[in-house]
Amino acid sequence: MKFSIERAALLRAVYQAQSVVERRNTIPILANVLIEAEGDSVSFRATDLDIEVVDKAPAQVERAGATTVSAVTLHEIVRKLPDGALVSLSEDGAAGRLVVQAGRSNFQLATLPKEDFPVMTATEYAANFSASAEMLRRLFDKSKFAISTEETRYYLNGVYFHTADGPDGPVLRAVATDGHRLAQIDAPLPAGADGMPGVIVPRKTVGELRKLLDDDEAKIAVSVSETKVRFATPEITLTSKVIDGTFPDYNRVIPTGNTKKMEVDAADFAKAVDRVATVSSERSRAVKLALDEDRLVLSVNAPDSGAAEEEIAVAYGDDRLEIGFNAKYLLEIASQVDRENAVFMFSSPGEPTLMREGNDTTAIYVVMPMRV
Amino acid sequence: MPALCRDCFHTLQTARRCTACGSPRVTAHPELFDLGIAHMDCDAFYASVEKRDNPDLRDKPVIIGGGRRGVVSTACYIARIKGVRSAMPMFQALKLCPEAVVVKGRMEVYAQVSRQIRAMMEDLTPAIEPLSLDEAFLDLTGTAKLHGAPPAVMLARLVKRMATELGITGSIGLSHNKFLAKLASDLDKPQGFSVIGAAETADFLADKPVRMIWGIGAAGQASLEKAGIRTFADLRRWDRRALQDRFGSMGDRLYHLSRGEDTRRIARDRPVKSISNETTFSDDIADPDLIDGHLWRLAEKVADRAKAKGIAGRVVTLKLKRADFKLLTRRTSLPDGTQMADRLYRTARALYDQTNHPKPYRLIGVGLSELIPAEAADTAGDLLDPGAARRGQAERATDAIRARFGEDAILKGRALR
Repeated sequence: MKFSIERAALLRAVYQAQSVVERRNTIPILANVLIEAEGDSVSFRATDLDIEVVDKAPAQVERAGATTVSAVTLHEIVRKLPDGALVSLSEDGAAGRLVVQAGRSNFQLATLPKEDFPVMTATEYAANFSASAEMLRRLFDKSKFAISTEETRYYLNGVYFHTADGPDGPVLRAVATDGHRLAQIDAPLPAGADGMPGVIVPRKTVGELRKLLDDDEAKIAVSVSETKVRFATPEITLTSKVIDGTFPDYNRVIPTGNTKKMEVDAADFAKAVDRVATVSSERSRAVKLALDEDRLVLSVNAPDSGAAEEEIAVAYGDDRLEIGFNAKYLLEIASQVDRENAVFMFSSPGEPTLMREGNDTTAIYVVMPMRV
Repeated sequence: MPALCRDCFHTLQTARRCTACGSPRVTAHPELFDLGIAHMDCDAFYASVEKRDNPDLRDKPVIIGGGRRGVVSTACYIARIKGVRSAMPMFQALKLCPEAVVVKGRMEVYAQVSRQIRAMMEDLTPAIEPLSLDEAFLDLTGTAKLHGAPPAVMLARLVKRMATELGITGSIGLSHNKFLAKLASDLDKPQGFSVIGAAETADFLADKPVRMIWGIGAAGQASLEKAGIRTFADLRRWDRRALQDRFGSMGDRLYHLSRGEDTRRIARDRPVKSISNETTFSDDIADPDLIDGHLWRLAEKVADRAKAKGIAGRVVTLKLKRADFKLLTRRTSLPDGTQMADRLYRTARALYDQTNHPKPYRLIGVGLSELIPAEAADTAGDLLDPGAARRGQAERATDAIRARFGEDAILKGRALR
């Protein structure tokens, strides 16, 4: 195998690869990237056995072939090469090395046989559709903060990506929850997505997917089966196993009868929450919200370290209400709001609270209060 | 040589019978009135309490412990004559001493007696470090003026008071540090009073086996033996660096202990770091229903202890010992912490459901750690478990009923599995 490639194209490909491989690996081949050169392109493939990413880049292939080298080392080398360099990669079969050459730099990297590299088995996908990068970005970006890290509830360790009946017809929906807060984000159902099986996309996959979604205009080919999900741009294909579990029936968690409505500027609200929470050093900092006639008093009382109080103007016309929340959860949901006011719908100090942006029902958040 | 009568507390100069009361229980030692670090260890504590409360047992061998598969937790001195020892499997103990009366321990009673002993020790010094219900270190350094008597006299009074007021006997080890005090209390049990002075420390230790060091178990002993170290004298031949290189952080401790040096202070109650309970089954079990029942009972015990102390914990640990003695532990954390049996049980159960190791198990345990005050715990509800709040209320109500009508007044069906 021998080919030459632009540093920029090579860097993008190996960057994606090294981020998929597990840093602490007991199986040496899993630390490697499989490089396959054929025709006028080279593909770079990396896997952690749950996720596989393949990046195809144009190259001048002199001699077709394939080998594997450490993804992290190759990435480090390419990163340190000067901008605009032309990099040549060639296999020294006799020595079992991959020679990387750019300008006057020369590297020889140990290789492992390509036959040992685990390639993910092919799957029949039940649904194939195209979605804009912008839409997918919104679905996952706005829901991922609520993904659980609790290993005992592994079925919550991802985003539930599925189709549903929204208030205005069928939608493509992303839901994540850790039992304390929940995010439900809807997007118009793309053509071809109906009949797609609901899948739980693991946290790491959500992170890897994000790297494909920076270009607003890009169209992403999405394929979904019961066991796998695939996202592809013309260059990069990300395939991932999905979490083998049943996502809980989240519909019964979303309150429908909350009537006490508070409207507040999300940024002002978030800043005030952040300020009063400063006095508490506990991990789960409780903020008390006291509501009365267009007035919200936020307070924190931490017996060991101090107390804080701040009043902000809100629109509220219901009965007096005192309710406590984990400050971190409030901050996280408030920071999801970017266009209009945050609208909170309360019920009682023990019941879940709902939050949305203005009257937009395509993104709703639920947060469980805590005792204060 | 200074001497003390342990019956009438008369201090004298000879080592024979007491000149005041004629008792032969006289302790003599050149440094007797200069030493202040003591270790008090009750004699066959649980068995003594049982014999005290049931005079029929007085002249019979008594073993405290549970079940066919359990181990001996305490054997009285009559049973010990037959070779029964603590931590010995029960079947073996009964083979050695078939006529023994096996009594299931009454921990609440022992804990109560322990508190009474503790109160008596508090009269001597605030520097008390309990090691368990029946033993503690006491630092009486500098108390002679306050009490008008040297530490040795006050300690002799303490064990006498324990015997007359509580019917429990104990042994005293008196020395110049914790390590030696603990060794001393074991020298002349029961009802002993042993002294290891500074001058004799090196000679005393020389031919003693290193396994006497607290914390050196079978494995530690094996690795020491591999290095040719069996006695303290062997250990003393090593220089400090060599010990550090070979045994790591333990090496430094070994170096000092081999010279009878121990600078650890007597710490008042160290804060509790975790609460846990475990059960060893009489027969290895694999039946999930049975295991579920055990998980619930263990969760309830741990929760009861947490509630009694007003604390809660963020980390729940499940411990399983397989039939081949292989130990598995699984842990997970709860963001807000808990002291509720229901949450503990559900968390432990989820951990159990995720272990796909070959059954059966011989031991199962549930623990709570990263402790926090109870007020800070159980603050957050669970969106996905709307019944949790009601179950929490039910548990509080159950606790209230039990507080009033006794432990068995109300039980969950699950507890009967």
